[in-house]
Amino acid sequence: MHQLTLAGKTYRSRLLVGTGKYKDFAETRAAIDASGAEIVTVAVRRVNIGQDASQPSLLDAIPPSQFTILPNTAGCYTADDAVRTLRLARELLDGHPLCKLEVLGDPTNLFPNMPETLKAAETLVKDGFQVMVYCADDPIQCKMLEDIGCVAVMPLASLIGSGMGIVNPWNLRLIIDNAQVPIIVDAGVGTASDATIAMELGCDGVLMNTAIAHAKDPVLMASAMKKGIEAGREAFLAGRMARKYYSADPSSPTTGLIGS
Amino acid sequence: MLTLKINGESRQFSAPLTVAGLIEQLGYAGKRIAVERNGEIVPKSQHANTELASGDQLEIVVAVGGG
Repeated sequence: MHQLTLAGKTYRSRLLVGTGKYKDFAETRAAIDASGAEIVTVAVRRVNIGQDASQPSLLDAIPPSQFTILPNTAGCYTADDAVRTLRLARELLDGHPLCKLEVLGDPTNLFPNMPETLKAAETLVKDGFQVMVYCADDPIQCKMLEDIGCVAVMPLASLIGSGMGIVNPWNLRLIIDNAQVPIIVDAGVGTASDATIAMELGCDGVLMNTAIAHAKDPVLMASAMKKGIEAGREAFLAGRMARKYYSADPSSPTTGLIGS
Repeated sequence: MLTLKINGESRQFSAPLTVAGLIEQLGYAGKRIAVERNGEIVPKSQHANTELASGDQLEIVVAVGGG
């Protein structure tokens, strides 16, 4: 019931988490363990030449033997930079083809540049990558990304790192109803109920980072997110009751009351 | 002498030098890194037999925390 299939591989968890903004690697690992996430995003950056190369690295704390590492292209503003970054990431991860593409368009709102995103997706799919793609919550462009061959389409729920929650559930529903590939909300979730709402809408998963890392207690929030995702998934499958406006419907029998 | 641009910084090394030799000198031997030379990936299997030339532009990257 909770299983997610992505690019032919099955995962027990529908929660995907980032590794940024934590205090240290120990906290990163503890939060990931509490979240139950199996797919974990990482960024790709230049090594600091001249600094101590013997420092522990992120992938020592989150080994690729235990997690599916999802390298991202955060900070890339052109298709070319994103493609170069992911080619380096594939080399870094011994040929692992699964990746998270994001091509940004504005440093303030981190909204995606969709023409560059579509261009990069085409190049990467042709090059054998399994592309999970951060994108605008535009049903038409989401479908275009699916048609290009992306293995998951990941519209934002609200701005990256904003914690504003699901600001346009109507667009998400349009995207979900029209999709043949997993739709994963990427960005904007602030707390567990946001994750639940995304899953109740019918999303296949949620990818988050800041909501966990910037909680006062990241490990406890990671556990809350795990439950929020599961609750939302079960509620989606169970099918919610119809809303009744302006009329109540008692849950207790209306007959057999004393004194009647 | 070899002048290489590594991660945007110019540095000098004594020739000859392979990618593997450079990684060793920088202290990253055995670490999980990836190397791009003049825009092309240098696969790990080629590090030992890829000779560097003056003017080469190299990117050496690692995985870091991100979302």
